[in-house]
Amino acid sequence: MTFQDALLLARPEVFLAASTLVLLVWGAFRGDKAMGEVSIGASLALFVAAGFAAVSPEGTAFAGGFIADGASIFGKVAIYLISPVAIYLGDRWLVRVGNGRFEFPILILLAALGMGMMVSAGDLISLYIGVELQSLALYVLAAFRRDDPKASEAGLKYFVLGALSSGLLLYGASLIYGFAGSTHFDLIAKSIEGGATGTGVLFGLVFLICGLAFKVSAAPFHMWTPDVYEGAPTPVVGFFAAAPKLAAMLLLARVLSEGFGTALEQWRQIIVVTAFLSVAVGAFGGLAQSNIKRLLAYSSIANIGYALIGLSAGSAEGMEAVLVFMVLYMIDVTGFFACLGALSRNGKPMEQLSDFAGLARVRPGMALALTALSFSVMGLPPFSGFWAKMFVFKAAIASGQWPLAVVLLLGSVVAAFYYLRLIKTMWFDAAPGQTDKEPLDAKGVAIASALFCFPVVLPALALLEPLAKTAALAFGLK
Amino acid sequence: MTIGLAHYLAVAAILFTIGVLGIFVNRKNIIVILMSIELILLAVNINLVAFSVYLHDVVGQIFAMFVLTVAAAEAAVGLAILVTFFRNRGDIAVDDASMMKG
Repeated sequence: MTFQDALLLARPEVFLAASTLVLLVWGAFRGDKAMGEVSIGASLALFVAAGFAAVSPEGTAFAGGFIADGASIFGKVAIYLISPVAIYLGDRWLVRVGNGRFEFPILILLAALGMGMMVSAGDLISLYIGVELQSLALYVLAAFRRDDPKASEAGLKYFVLGALSSGLLLYGASLIYGFAGSTHFDLIAKSIEGGATGTGVLFGLVFLICGLAFKVSAAPFHMWTPDVYEGAPTPVVGFFAAAPKLAAMLLLARVLSEGFGTALEQWRQIIVVTAFLSVAVGAFGGLAQSNIKRLLAYSSIANIGYALIGLSAGSAEGMEAVLVFMVLYMIDVTGFFACLGALSRNGKPMEQLSDFAGLARVRPGMALALTALSFSVMGLPPFSGFWAKMFVFKAAIASGQWPLAVVLLLGSVVAAFYYLRLIKTMWFDAAPGQTDKEPLDAKGVAIASALFCFPVVLPALALLEPLAKTAALAFGLK
Repeated sequence: MTIGLAHYLAVAAILFTIGVLGIFVNRKNIIVILMSIELILLAVNINLVAFSVYLHDVVGQIFAMFVLTVAAAEAAVGLAILVTFFRNRGDIAVDDASMMKG
């Protein structure tokens, strides 16, 4: 393979990296008044990168460190299409709170670039570089409102725990390199063929999974999630809960299936335990929360648990379920945070559960959108969350993971309590007063994603399912 | 006694453990946490370089170079966030980072 061919495979990322640098220089020259221009440029760059990814050829480049296959292309298109939404919401929101700076779209671009690298990683080195590029941008985004004590505390907590998780991941990577003799996923797979997985490699694998579990906020590595979600700026949290989770999930799926496909029985035990704990922590932890952002943090922990159940199936069907689940969840959660970003009372954002009392009378449109989104995340048919869980449930049953399928159902029932409580508060409690007029941008995104939950999801699913099916085959599992 | 791979791995494991404990046990200063993070990354580098020599494979050393670079970037971002935290609170004690709980 020539260098040109390699660049062609990595074209979306090369293009994104180049446009990030151009936009950064542009912003640095024009100052903060260029925020609108940089945001538009960044969104366009992401759309073009998504287009490049969609027509990208398949193959491996850079001595196997970079993989372009069905799964990575699927992930990239999804990530590059959801990131402009985060730029759009965040840009308007930050201007409203008087904190609009041009670095915001640049940081989202860098994070998206890191995620693109993560889903394309074919080697422990490119895995680490992708994860770090994404994480370093996200740490800064969490503390983006630098005059807000809560945001800087959230950024600090995210940084410390994120750096610890990178350390765990890296320690695991070094052990795998030493005991398997290579950093390439396919060579690692070759060295542990025939079930002769040494203790050293297994030890490394456990560390690696711990590090990645931190990134997807799976229990027992979830403790940063509620604090970061509460403190970080609302549209930024909407971004945190969507694209990075998909990227880290795809990365985890790729490492486990391509690097450790022959050690399936060993890693499945770890994934089963984390999936079970995540569902339990997410469902029960959310019950006691009165802050909506904290509640959504627990909800995202539970949902990562559901996605991990799909992963633990260890089959092509399970991988397909993970992909469909994560994409549908991303759209749900973006809508949720768009609602939170839109609603405020007397200039103060509505974050407590009690703030939402009587919303149906004051803002019927927003209340309706929130209700549809809650039903969807709850998993009520015919909303999109139901179909997402259905895929996971079917995959778990087909691979004989009965106990986990039951856990999925029980977890959904327990978690339904806090979504129903939100709905009850909105529709049946007395309103404490008027809310501010919601801005058009966030309202538009909220209503669009509520419409996606139902009825757009039905035709969309007919389109998404075959795509996810072909993408899942790339992992090489049966 | 000759120094073999096992010795290097043991040193790295000890440094790694000290680093992780430094994050969780430390109740005083956030700068100490940043130092602990560096310690973890350096433990990994010892591992990588030792394995690289043992395997006669240069990839481990290249990996260590990447780790060094990223560690520098990480320290820069971490200190920047710490500065904004200090400006908001006027203190960098670990126990101060407790506005949010639950």
